[in-house]
Amino acid sequence: MFSNFDFGEIVRSLPYLFYTGMTFTLLLTALATAIGIVVGTLLALMRLSGVPILTIPATGYVNLMRSVPFVLMIFWFYFLVPYIGQWVTFSAQPIQVGAFASCLVTFTLFEAAFFCEIMRAGIQSIPRGQVAAAQALGMTYPMVMGYVVLPQAFRNMVPVLLTQTIVLFQDTSLVYVIAVTDFLGAASKVAERDGRLVEMYTFAACVYFVISFAASRGVQLLQRRIAIIR
Amino acid sequence: MNYHWNWSIFWQLSPDGVHTYFTTLMLGTGWTLTTSACAFAIALVFGSVIGVLRTAPFPWAARLGNAYVELFRNVPLLVQMFLWYFVLPEVVPRPVGDWLKQLPDASFYTAVVALGLYMSARIAEQVRAGILSLPRGQRLASLALGMTLPQAYAFVLLPMAYRILLPPLTSELLNTIKNSAVALTIGLMELTARARAMQEYSFQVFEAFTAATIIYIVINLLVTFAMRLVERKLAVPGYLGFRAPAAGH
Repeated sequence: MFSNFDFGEIVRSLPYLFYTGMTFTLLLTALATAIGIVVGTLLALMRLSGVPILTIPATGYVNLMRSVPFVLMIFWFYFLVPYIGQWVTFSAQPIQVGAFASCLVTFTLFEAAFFCEIMRAGIQSIPRGQVAAAQALGMTYPMVMGYVVLPQAFRNMVPVLLTQTIVLFQDTSLVYVIAVTDFLGAASKVAERDGRLVEMYTFAACVYFVISFAASRGVQLLQRRIAIIR
Repeated sequence: MNYHWNWSIFWQLSPDGVHTYFTTLMLGTGWTLTTSACAFAIALVFGSVIGVLRTAPFPWAARLGNAYVELFRNVPLLVQMFLWYFVLPEVVPRPVGDWLKQLPDASFYTAVVALGLYMSARIAEQVRAGILSLPRGQRLASLALGMTLPQAYAFVLLPMAYRILLPPLTSELLNTIKNSAVALTIGLMELTARARAMQEYSFQVFEAFTAATIIYIVINLLVTFAMRLVERKLAVPGYLGFRAPAAGH
């Protein structure tokens, strides 16, 4: 069954898989999470603002992102990003963006919708009295949010945000559909070049499993440590 | 913008020479729905079994259930599809592998199995949470009445758990439909794949993807609406989701 399983093939391709592939995957995960949380928090504030001109577009955007498959969104942005670039820079032609930039925009904008929902739950978990108290102390809206609500909301939601980051890490494998060399893309290129599908895909699955499993265990530990005792 | 919009593209003949692009998208929708429905059925069955195992009073069962969930949750769906599609036929005995490879619609069956098992880990989590959310007294009372443990699950715990779980199960069903798009990587011609093919042949990128997006949204709305009706019918009296039947005033 595994008689001709070629471990040498895996060892030989390790530098390519990790140096080229995993770097891309991890960098994409980290940047998309960081920017996604910022954009998501802004979307959450818009949704909770109670001002229709802010609430309606934010709600519409989040619901749209949450009702279509990620793969379809990857295709959308892959073709749309050059036009967005053209619109932003006022250039005459759709501008060429690299694979990484295109993926980063896609993941940031897509995951922002999910981070928005998490942050919204986090903000709503803060007792209303705290907002009232802060306002009574003379704080303005940015101060209430910046000093009172968001720090607590963020702290309460850290485990959920990190779990979503693990989901995002696994989702990065989907850039395969636009032939980008992330970790899985690298594995699949080697697999197809050498006809070693069994070795490469099994190895990729193990690597994804080890990283995601270790990360989710880490989140559980963290959750126990930072839990606020009420 | 130098993009040429052409919405009438949907009524033009696609390269297969028989169907218009619109019909190909509809065929894709059919595959998306069929795949999702079959996968969700598998996910419900396996998810329920594993969810029950994880709440059963045997340490080995809980450990087995946990291992199952961790295994399927920590490997990306796309990689799981590749494992089922490319790796499985190579590692099983040769006659079985050959049979698998020659199966008509192999990518459909693979997608159903891969997606079903992937989603089953999520459903197992929900079922476990649902059973644990029931008051402990319900299990104890059914056992005290002389029910065996399987009877307690079948007649008391699971019927209650499912009714409480309908809203999260609805979103898992929607996730199944969305995740079925990943099957395009193993060659299943579902909705996203058809939109992608339409874009490749006709170069009308945005029309194709707009149509697919709208179809997904419509499916989403229909499923949500249908499940709301079911939820209302099955809500457990006394729980927050329950709305008392309108009384005549």
